[in-house]
Amino acid sequence: MNWMKYRFLYFGISLLVIIPGVFSLLRFGLNPSIEFTGGSVLELEQINLTGNEIKDRLKDNEIIDFKYTNQNLKLHLKPITQKQADTIINLLTVNDQKPKLINFETVGPVLGQETLQKTIVGIIIAALLILFFVAQAFKEIKYGACAVIAMFHDSLVLLGSFSLLGHFFNLQTDLLFVTAVLTSLSFSVHDTIVVYDRIRELSRLHPNLNFESLANRATTETMVRSLNNSLTIILMLLSLVLMGGQTIRGFAIALLIGTISGTYSSPFTAVPLLTVWEKIANKK
Amino acid sequence: MKRKWSLFYAIVFIVFLAIVIDIPQNLSLNLKISGREIKLNLSRPPINIKFGDQVFYRDFNIKKGLDLQGGMQVVLSADMSNINSQDRQTALDSARSIISRRVDMYGVSESSIKTSVVDSDYRIIVELPGVSNPGEALDLIGQTAKLEFATPVYESDPASPSAVPQLVDFQSVDLTGADLKSANVTFETEDRSPAVSIEFKDAGKDKFANLTKEFLDKPLAIILDNQIISAPVVQTEITTGQAIITGKFTTKEAKFLATQLNAGALPVSVSVISQKNIPATLGADSVKSSLTAGGIGLLMVVFFMSAYYGHLGIIASVGLVIYGLITLAIYKLIPVTLTLPGIAGFLLSVGMAVDSNILIFERYKEEIRAKREWRVALELAFGRAWDSIRDANISTLMTGLVLFNPLSWNFLNTSGMVRGFALTLILGIIISLFTGIIVTRTLLRLFYISSKNHQLTDL
Repeated sequence: MNWMKYRFLYFGISLLVIIPGVFSLLRFGLNPSIEFTGGSVLELEQINLTGNEIKDRLKDNEIIDFKYTNQNLKLHLKPITQKQADTIINLLTVNDQKPKLINFETVGPVLGQETLQKTIVGIIIAALLILFFVAQAFKEIKYGACAVIAMFHDSLVLLGSFSLLGHFFNLQTDLLFVTAVLTSLSFSVHDTIVVYDRIRELSRLHPNLNFESLANRATTETMVRSLNNSLTIILMLLSLVLMGGQTIRGFAIALLIGTISGTYSSPFTAVPLLTVWEKIANKK
Repeated sequence: MKRKWSLFYAIVFIVFLAIVIDIPQNLSLNLKISGREIKLNLSRPPINIKFGDQVFYRDFNIKKGLDLQGGMQVVLSADMSNINSQDRQTALDSARSIISRRVDMYGVSESSIKTSVVDSDYRIIVELPGVSNPGEALDLIGQTAKLEFATPVYESDPASPSAVPQLVDFQSVDLTGADLKSANVTFETEDRSPAVSIEFKDAGKDKFANLTKEFLDKPLAIILDNQIISAPVVQTEITTGQAIITGKFTTKEAKFLATQLNAGALPVSVSVISQKNIPATLGADSVKSSLTAGGIGLLMVVFFMSAYYGHLGIIASVGLVIYGLITLAIYKLIPVTLTLPGIAGFLLSVGMAVDSNILIFERYKEEIRAKREWRVALELAFGRAWDSIRDANISTLMTGLVLFNPLSWNFLNTSGMVRGFALTLILGIIISLFTGIIVTRTLLRLFYISSKNHQLTDL
C-alpha cells in the first residue's frame, strides 16, 4: 500500500487534534492538583447547612474553590494545618452534629514547587535518553529526531486533551498524569522503534529500493501487529477507565489517550516525517 | 530436543515455586470425594534466614500501600536553625528514630518513617497505615516533648527590702527528660484524674533528691516544650527517684505524654509541610473495582489472542498465566508494596507481555507466507522479532528507571505512587521478556507440533 502518498493528510489529522488542545492550553491552561500548586483540600460529609451559610461561616478562610452538593462539601484552600481544619469542622457543626471528615490533604507551597521542578527534569531526562538510544540504535540522528518529534506530538495531544478535560470536566492534572505522559511516551517510542526496525531490515534486503517504497512496505508489514498490540492495551485500559477505582480513573484516561495517540503517531507521524526528511535531504 | 525438555522442566519447577508462594499462607481445603470428606489444612512456613547480623525474613504476604489500606502520610520539616551544619544529619536521624519509637509504642504496625534532605530542607516522611484520627497522630509524632525541671527564682522588691521575696521566674536546671528511666500513665488518688508517673535513672535520682532537698516547701516547675505544665510545691525530700506529673490531662494526653517521654524528646522541632489522609474504604473499593477491571481486561486479551491467532494464541495465553503467577510471586518475594498505580503498572505490563507474542506471531505468519516450513518459520520468527522486542522494551525500561529513580537522586521524583508504578512496570518488562521469549518459545516447540497441519490452513 502507498501509505506515504497521503502523508500530508496524516499531518492534517494530527493538527486537527493538536490545535484545539494547544488553544485550550494557552487559553485555560491545565487544572493542576495541589501536588503542584500547594494548598489544602478538605472534604466533609453530612453538613446541615446551605451553601451560603457555609460560605458565611467560613468567610475568614481563603477559599480557592468551593463545591457543595447533597451535604457534601469539597473545599480547596490555601495551605492550612490540621488544627485549622478542625476549626473549620467545628464552625460547620450544627446542634452538636459534627460533619464527617472524608479527606484532608495539604501540601506546602515549597513542596508543590519542588514537585513541579522534578517533574520537568524527569521528562527532559527521559526524552534525551530516548533520543540518544534511538539515534544510537539506528546509527542516524534523523531516526532519533523523528521519534522524539512523534513523542512531542503525543505529549501535545495529551496535554491538550487534559487541558480541555480539566476545563470542561474538572479533571485534574496530578502527579499520576505526569507518570501517564511519560509512559505513553515510551509506548509511542516502542511502536516507532518496531516500524523503524522493519525499515532498517528491509533496506538491507533491498538496497536499491527508494526510501518511500521502503517506508510503505515497513508500514504495511507492521500495521496488523501495531493495531493488535494497541488493541490489547486499549482493552485493558478501557476496562480500567469504565470499571476501575475512582482514584485511578484520570490516570487510566490519560494512558488511554496516550496509547491511542502513540499508536497513531508511529506509522502516521514518525514514518511520514522520516520520508519528508529523506526527500529534503536528497534534493540538496 | 534434550535442551527443550530440560528447559520445560525448569519452567514447570519455576511455576510450581511461584504457585507455592502465590497461594495464601493458610489454605484450607474441604473436599468431598465419594461421600468421604477430606479436610486439608496447608500452611506455608515463612522464610527466616540469618547471616550474622543480616536477617532475611519473608512471610510472603502482599504488602499493601497506604492508598490501598487507608492511613495517613505526613511530611515534616525539621527546624535546623539552631543546629550546626555538620550535626544536622545526625539530628535528623535521631529525630527519625525517636518518632519511629513513638509510633511503635503507640501501636501502629508497619509504619514507614524515612528522611530526605532537599537543598537545605531536612524532612521526615511518616506513613501510618490504618490511622483514622489524623489530629491525634499528629499530636503524637509532631511534638518535641522536651521535658525540663526548673527551680524558682525569688527577688526582693528593692523599694521595700524588708518584704518577703517574690517569685519572679523559673530557671531550668540540669535535669531533663534524658534522665528519665520510664514514664507511665497513672490516676490520682483523690479525683482519679489522669497523670503521668515518672521514674529517674540513678544519676537523675540523685539530682532530683538534691533538688527536692534544696527547694523543700518551694515550687518546682515541670516544663514541657517551654510551657509550664505544673509547679507543685515540694512536700518532702524525694530519694526514691519517683515523681508524678499532674496537669489537666485527658487520659489520651497522659498516654501520649508517657509515650513521648519514654521515646525521648525530639532534638529539633518539626512542622507539617504536607499531609494526606486516605480513608480505608476508598482504597478498598478502588482495589476491588480495579482488580475486577483488570481481570475482565485480561480475559478479553486472552479471548482476543485465542480468536485471532488460534492455537498459537492459546499457548501464548498459557504463557500469560505463567507470567501472572511469576509476577505475583516476585511481588511477594521482594516485597513490592502494592499501590493502585502499581496495579495499573502491572496491568499495563500484561499488555506489553502480549506485544512480544504478537510481534513473534506476525513474523511467523510472514515466514509461512514466504513458504517456509513451519518449524523453520517459528525459529526464524523468534530470532527476527527479538531485535524489535529488545529495542522497544529498552526504551520503556529507560523511562521506567527515570520514574523509579533507583539512586534516590534529589532532582528526580521521589513520590511513592510514581515509584510504585515504575517498579511494577520495570518488573513487568523483565518478567515479560522471560515469559514471552523463553516460556512461550519452549511451549510452542513442544506442543505446537500436533496442530501444525490445520494451523497452516488457518493462517
